[in-house]
Amino acid sequence: MEFFLNQVINGIQLGLVYALIALGYTMVYGIVKLINFAHGDVFMVGAFLGYFGFTYWGLPWPVAILVSMVICAILGVVIERIAYRPLRYAPRIVALISAIGVSFFLEYFCSLKFVFGANYRVVQRPLPEISWHIGGITITNIQLLILVAVVGMLILLQWIVHRTKVGAAMRTVSFDHDAARLMGVNVDRTISFTFALGSAMAAMGGVLYAIAYPQIQPFMGIMPGLKAFTAAVLGGIGLIPGAVLGALIMGQVETMTAAFISSQLRDAIAFAILIIVLLFRPSGILGRTEPEKV
Amino acid sequence: MGMKGNQLAKSIIGVVVFYAVVKFAVISGVINPYWQRVLDQSLIYVIGALGLSLIFGFTGQFSIGHAAFYGLGAYSAGLVSKTLGTGSIPAFLLSLFVGVIFTGLVAYLIGKPVLRLQSDYLGIATLGFGVIVKVGLDNANKLIPELGGATGMTGIPQVATFEWVLFFTALAIIISRNFLHSTYGRVCTSIREDEIATKAVGINPAKYKLLVFIFGCALAGLAGGIYAHRYPFLHPTSFDFLQSFNFLIIVVAGGMGSLTGTVVTAIGWVFLLEGLRFVLGEAFMDWRGVIYAVLLVVLVLVRRQGLFGNKEFGFFAPRAVITKEGKQHVAAGS
Repeated sequence: MEFFLNQVINGIQLGLVYALIALGYTMVYGIVKLINFAHGDVFMVGAFLGYFGFTYWGLPWPVAILVSMVICAILGVVIERIAYRPLRYAPRIVALISAIGVSFFLEYFCSLKFVFGANYRVVQRPLPEISWHIGGITITNIQLLILVAVVGMLILLQWIVHRTKVGAAMRTVSFDHDAARLMGVNVDRTISFTFALGSAMAAMGGVLYAIAYPQIQPFMGIMPGLKAFTAAVLGGIGLIPGAVLGALIMGQVETMTAAFISSQLRDAIAFAILIIVLLFRPSGILGRTEPEKV
Repeated sequence: MGMKGNQLAKSIIGVVVFYAVVKFAVISGVINPYWQRVLDQSLIYVIGALGLSLIFGFTGQFSIGHAAFYGLGAYSAGLVSKTLGTGSIPAFLLSLFVGVIFTGLVAYLIGKPVLRLQSDYLGIATLGFGVIVKVGLDNANKLIPELGGATGMTGIPQVATFEWVLFFTALAIIISRNFLHSTYGRVCTSIREDEIATKAVGINPAKYKLLVFIFGCALAGLAGGIYAHRYPFLHPTSFDFLQSFNFLIIVVAGGMGSLTGTVVTAIGWVFLLEGLRFVLGEAFMDWRGVIYAVLLVVLVLVRRQGLFGNKEFGFFAPRAVITKEGKQHVAAGS
């Protein structure tokens, strides 16, 4: 039982990190209907920048996280400007191929010797790990940090999306670009803002991931990115609560499979669940299937 | 359906000329064994990419799991061949046959439920299937030790010569082209253009989507089976979702709905990757992935319709149909 509860907590830890990545996927998808395959690599860049921040640049770790978030926000905007904006009204598959290209670019460019290098790097944690034992359950300060950071970020996101002008613009653009433009919304700027916000959250996820699972390398973003995206689809892509719900489920499934069945099978089971859920709810758990209009 | 006699003759002549040129180049030393391997690989890619071109390019069914079927074909054909162990031609053909049938059967079992999903959801479900197959192959040695699991599979007789590769490539091209210009092919194109309108004229799209999915995946299985008999080492990472991206890139970069584009791009793409290795040399090898990525992004930015758009050339072009009124119509599938 205690083992089980500890696994639940580990699953929440993983799920919360996935949630940070999944939110960027889902917001971008909601607004430009693009599977941004490069998002997992922005997460990787974020992890590296945070690591450099607190290991080499002598920044306190909260500052390192912020620096990483700002740089990744800029990176996200630049990617959108160069690789996606010219293709915004092209067939969607073309933008998807462009996203795959950007993803490869970030992975291989960061693998170059004068950038990050292709080798694994072990991350020295910027804060010592402290664990508390409460009735057989172990909770670490890192888990607490992740919980606080992610919940804080979620509240901030909810506030931005539902209480600010730019959030209203985001919701408008996600419905209809042309109608939004007619209402005086600056569509380009809103999309840029969405990419910035999503990339900043991915960066935060990256740094937290590097602190929690202290090993980084340029291809580290592929699998978490893929799973976070899957989580977003599982919850209902385009929906912010769906992304969080999907990510938490994904975290649990993966941790439970690794703990009770086999760690080698965890990816397979996570994706099998995705397929089964999609067969019964073709638009994800919280998504609504709209009837096709002729 | 069928081709006019002279068209078939022309295409056979084309294949023979291509074969003669390659053979001459090999004998005269222009093509060394290394480039022969690259050429064979590119032709194997043609077969696999044709499958995805039919599924996605012509029928519009988004699949990011194509490499899984390529892998299933490779491993199942390889297992049969390894078990038979003789490496004789009948054994080779039998194992290819088993590989194709097995892959088609899996495609049926997966396609039946999954093809109900729309666009991106279908893509993600097939991507998920790809990950499941990769994990399965990684752990396959626990059920059947011969499959090797994560350490890779060896011991498959290397009997797929250039002649066999070329033969099957030509066969795959002819079958795909005729399929597209048949009634079935026209239904597929109409599903891509508008599924509801297709339904409205009394055609059941589900049936055709499943049919083309099985067919396309079986082609991937054939490509895999040949691959297993051409290269002495099979590894699950050769069949993961990054490999599926490769097929997807070929189909989109060649031009959605252009068989010419798929064939030319599959060959060009393999030679581009190997050519970069050659051009860059040892010192700049790390830059290969970077340059490749930049080329990919630039290509879709400057030519979003793909290299060939939806145009067909030469043998692939639909033949003109003369109707009673004497007007020329072009057969569907272009």
